[in-house]
Amino acid sequence: MTPTGRRAMFLAAASVVAGVLVWGLTGLPDFGDYHGPYGTILDRVAVGERHGTNVVTAVVFDYRGVDTMIEEYILFASVIGVTLLLRRQRGERERPPSEVAKGRGEPEPSEAARVMGLGLVGPVILLGLYVVAHGALTPGGGFQGGVVLATASGLVFLTGSFLSFERVNPIPLIDLAEGVGAAGYPALGLLGFGGGGAFLTNVLPLGRPGSLLSAGLIPLIDLAVGLAVAAGIVLILSEFLEQTLAIRGSRR
Amino acid sequence: MTALQVVVLLLVAATGAVVVSVREPLRQAMILGIYGLLLVVTFVVLQAPDVALSAAVVGAVAMPLMIALALAKIQERSDR
Amino acid sequence: MRFLPFAVADWLFLVGLYGIVTSRNLIHLVVCLSVVQSSTYVLLLGIGYRTNATAPVFKDVSVGTRAVDPVVQSLTLTDVVVGVTVAALLLALAVQEHKRTGTLDPEEMRSLRG
Repeated sequence: MTPTGRRAMFLAAASVVAGVLVWGLTGLPDFGDYHGPYGTILDRVAVGERHGTNVVTAVVFDYRGVDTMIEEYILFASVIGVTLLLRRQRGERERPPSEVAKGRGEPEPSEAARVMGLGLVGPVILLGLYVVAHGALTPGGGFQGGVVLATASGLVFLTGSFLSFERVNPIPLIDLAEGVGAAGYPALGLLGFGGGGAFLTNVLPLGRPGSLLSAGLIPLIDLAVGLAVAAGIVLILSEFLEQTLAIRGSRR
Repeated sequence: MTALQVVVLLLVAATGAVVVSVREPLRQAMILGIYGLLLVVTFVVLQAPDVALSAAVVGAVAMPLMIALALAKIQERSDR
Repeated sequence: MRFLPFAVADWLFLVGLYGIVTSRNLIHLVVCLSVVQSSTYVLLLGIGYRTNATAPVFKDVSVGTRAVDPVVQSLTLTDVVVGVTVAALLLALAVQEHKRTGTLDPEEMRSLRG
């Protein structure tokens, strides 16, 4: 089908869809007029039941905990997919990182950028750990803090070289971290069985709402998810970098 | 509905159309960064700080970086 | 004005879809896909919003304060992070496709038979 034909067909179909969507708009409640019962109930009872002041994290890791576990596995599967897809194919050579760092001829980052970048790596890691640890108290949690932590290692590559990135992120260690993070979530859930409850029942003392060691199991699940997300994104970055910088193609 | 919400939502709609209309991938990655920033402001204005946090890191750092790396690999192949 | 966020979400969805259908470059397609995904975020958060309400975090405000819906926020926040890893998977596919066929254009890929 020609591109013009496809575009015409799309515009016809899209106008039908747009018509249905606009008709649906008229049936929705007004913006700002929220009717649903669950939000209102959760806002009122979550702090009392979970002792965690961030209701969104309590919903993500406790009230809808199994859903989050499965979404974490989507992430895990995508990381496996990227690793598989970007592996060295038959007929390609892979240069060791020391050889890559020498002969590239790529422009060096300026001294100022390098100093600032390397100086920022520590604070970014600290920020990431802070966001992960305070997930139950203030906006934050495993997912956000994990991505911030992965950003710190990306910063190492951007202001350093590929060699320093490889040294800071040894692949077997990152693999192990990803596995521990992904397995930690159901392991913490199975703890509930020990107390005679259901999967992901809280078994730790709830503590005082607002203090760091509160909300029972939620900070631990936060840590596991943060580890898995950070390691996963670092693995993805590392695979892309290896593919771009180290793997040389076959003769075509 | 505050004026800020109206302005930010209209900006998001306009920038979304711009992201789609730019055909060259590297330029599009940069505009995607701006689009991510506008989305972060939208999420904050809609009182969702958790979502804004993850959108900020993802849209400003992870996505443009990955697109740039993929493009670098493709560029190197077509230069040979 | 009452429907503005939902209308913006619909607009983003259709615009992103148009970009996917008429794309001539696989990487451009992945970026348009993330625009489509962002339309769902705007829609979800628009549904959960309550006028003159605050974020559902009760560290500094007392528990009975009017707050927006936390459930849609939980759905959106995991979606954002998972969306970027799926985009990474698609980018990896695009890179390997380019290695195999030498082009990033979906039109030309149709005619190449291995």
